[in-house]
Amino acid sequence: MASIIQQLINGLTLGSIYGLIAIGYTMVYGIIGMINFAHGDIYMVSAFIAVTCFTLLAAAGISSVPLALLIVLAVTVAFTSVFGWSVERTAYRPLRGSTRLAPLISSIGMSIFLQNMVQVTQGARVKSIPPIITGGIDLFTRDGFNVHLAYSQIIIVMVTVALMAVFTWLITQTSFGRQQRACEQDRTMAMLLGIDVDRTISLTFMIGAALAAVAGVLVTVYYGVIDFYIGFGAGIKAFTAAVLGGIGSLPGAMLGGLVIGLIEAFWAAYLSAEYKDVATFSILILVLMFRPNGLLGRPEVEKV
Amino acid sequence: MRAIFPRQALSIAERLRDAGWIAFVALVLGVPMIGLTTVDAGNKLVVHTRLPLLMEFVAACFLGRLALRFSLDKFAQRKIERQAQEARRTVQIPARSTLPLIKWLGWWLLGAALVLPLMFSGNRYVVDTATTVLIYVMLGWGLNVVVGLAGLLDLGYVAFYAVGAYAYALLSTQFGWGFWQSLPVAGGLAAFFGLALGWPTLRLRGDYLAIVTLGFGEIIRIILVNWTELSGGPNGIASIPRPSFFGLPFQAPSDDGVQTFAGFFGLEYSPGQRVIFLYYLILLLALLTNLFVTRMRRLPVGRAWEAIREDEIACKALGINVVTVKLSAFALGAMLGGLAGVFFAARQGFISPESFVFSESATILAIVVLGGMGSQLGVVLASLVLVLLPEIGRDFAEYRMLLFGMAMILIMVWRPGGLLVRREPAIMAPAPMQARP
Repeated sequence: MASIIQQLINGLTLGSIYGLIAIGYTMVYGIIGMINFAHGDIYMVSAFIAVTCFTLLAAAGISSVPLALLIVLAVTVAFTSVFGWSVERTAYRPLRGSTRLAPLISSIGMSIFLQNMVQVTQGARVKSIPPIITGGIDLFTRDGFNVHLAYSQIIIVMVTVALMAVFTWLITQTSFGRQQRACEQDRTMAMLLGIDVDRTISLTFMIGAALAAVAGVLVTVYYGVIDFYIGFGAGIKAFTAAVLGGIGSLPGAMLGGLVIGLIEAFWAAYLSAEYKDVATFSILILVLMFRPNGLLGRPEVEKV
Repeated sequence: MRAIFPRQALSIAERLRDAGWIAFVALVLGVPMIGLTTVDAGNKLVVHTRLPLLMEFVAACFLGRLALRFSLDKFAQRKIERQAQEARRTVQIPARSTLPLIKWLGWWLLGAALVLPLMFSGNRYVVDTATTVLIYVMLGWGLNVVVGLAGLLDLGYVAFYAVGAYAYALLSTQFGWGFWQSLPVAGGLAAFFGLALGWPTLRLRGDYLAIVTLGFGEIIRIILVNWTELSGGPNGIASIPRPSFFGLPFQAPSDDGVQTFAGFFGLEYSPGQRVIFLYYLILLLALLTNLFVTRMRRLPVGRAWEAIREDEIACKALGINVVTVKLSAFALGAMLGGLAGVFFAARQGFISPESFVFSESATILAIVVLGGMGSQLGVVLASLVLVLLPEIGRDFAEYRMLLFGMAMILIMVWRPGGLLVRREPAIMAPAPMQARP
């Protein structure tokens, strides 16, 4: 029982991070119908920016943890969203209106490019920083098993919940959100109604990158170890989460992320750590067999 | 307004402002990546700055943008002038057709492929690289059936390649099967895996299929890494027997009475003979694949593939069993991937899960899309580009893959439809009779 609760905590933490990245996939898919393979690498870039930033702050002698965390979050989000913007502008915008697969291939090219750029400029070695948020609460002990809730886990879940609230507000209440949803439904019509579609798409990429940047900072805080290859694994997982939840659905992306985080945590704890990814993908295939549009996806009506 | 009326020449101030904006973006992107870097010092990280490098990067972006805009504007202007000239002309010159050129290009390439080992017989590197190109050509033609013809996005094609390779490796090392015996078995096994994956998932919409196939590719790879008793785990399987020439092995003549290739034909033994033999073997396999696929395209099922790609609902309305047709394309593509895998294992003599990662799938998909989906010749051109680029890039060492990624984006932006955009349908409606004047 105690260990189940522990895995629940670990799974939710991991799932929050996947969910944040998955939103970037699902938003981009919703608005231009492409799988953005470079998104995982944007997340990886953000983790590197976070490491640089933490190291700079430590050198500057800022020892207050909340202050450091806020500064790093702000800086990383700002830089990473510029990365998101540039990626869209250079690799995807010129391909708008061509075949569906053309931007997919250029996103694979962009993913290779970003990985190797980081490898060349930041080095191929693993970077590790000292733990920033230490300690935690021992919830209770039963059967000799200690249920531990780390402060970093609390922060990750809190930041995710807060971001989701802001994000939901942004999409449902603001004029940008309305424009974004309008472009998602019918880009041509939105254009005719005077919405700047290019700008909306650019902003969508920037928001997706910003959420990935938050995930990148949180992962740096949680594990403290990154390398240039982390984007691939996290990207695939987050994309799976987006599809599991129903691609194009924002709550679905978060739900999918949580489900995948939980599957991973439980499978690794009780069955086998090596096969946890096999479990994730098998469950994805099973879910899609019975719910072909994902957990929260709306069934698509095809019109002739 | 600029979109509607012919582009006005930009003033120098506008050009500078545009380039300045790009330089600013480059600066923002460059600061965390180029300007700052963390270096391991003892047991903690310290930040190093590289200001001169950052400045060089920003300046390069500024000048590069100026030059790019200038040449693009010149190009656009010349195009407008040419169009205006053509409009003024009363007699229209028919646009030159590129089709005969493309047709001849295929035969030229075939001719070149046939004589290549004879011209470079002393140069093992060239023949080896050409063999790699041909493996990708064969994989590209296999995936072309799935993606280019049937329009199913498969991101885990490398799984079938792996199934073929491991099937041959296990059959030959454990049961002593030969290359030609294993070939159909491994191909059939790969096709079976294709059916097993396709049957439950092919009713999904295109992009859902993409993630499912990607997941399947990862599942196969993880199993190969972890199921050590079967696959040898990360160490892979070594000393896989090489194919022989109708039972004549390629090896140095020995005293134990084994008839070797060199001995049988009275040639001087040289290790290059096997390389050349492998080259012709994959050329043969690839050509058979091509012949097979082009023939299949003329059969009803092949036409149904292309019809489904164009309009699935219309196909359903016409009574085509969509699932069966998709399954056939999927299984056929898987089988061809498996056959290429058998050759790969036989050529390398050693396989490990590292050869079957997602980036391989991505490369094969890129070959199909870059080539121009559905075009057989385009696959050849794209394989040449994508295999030779990293080879040429070896001089750039660590920048090799960086430039490779950049090239992929540039080619896609330059030709969004692929290198050979023209998509020839397998059949054409007969031209309507022309009314006599």
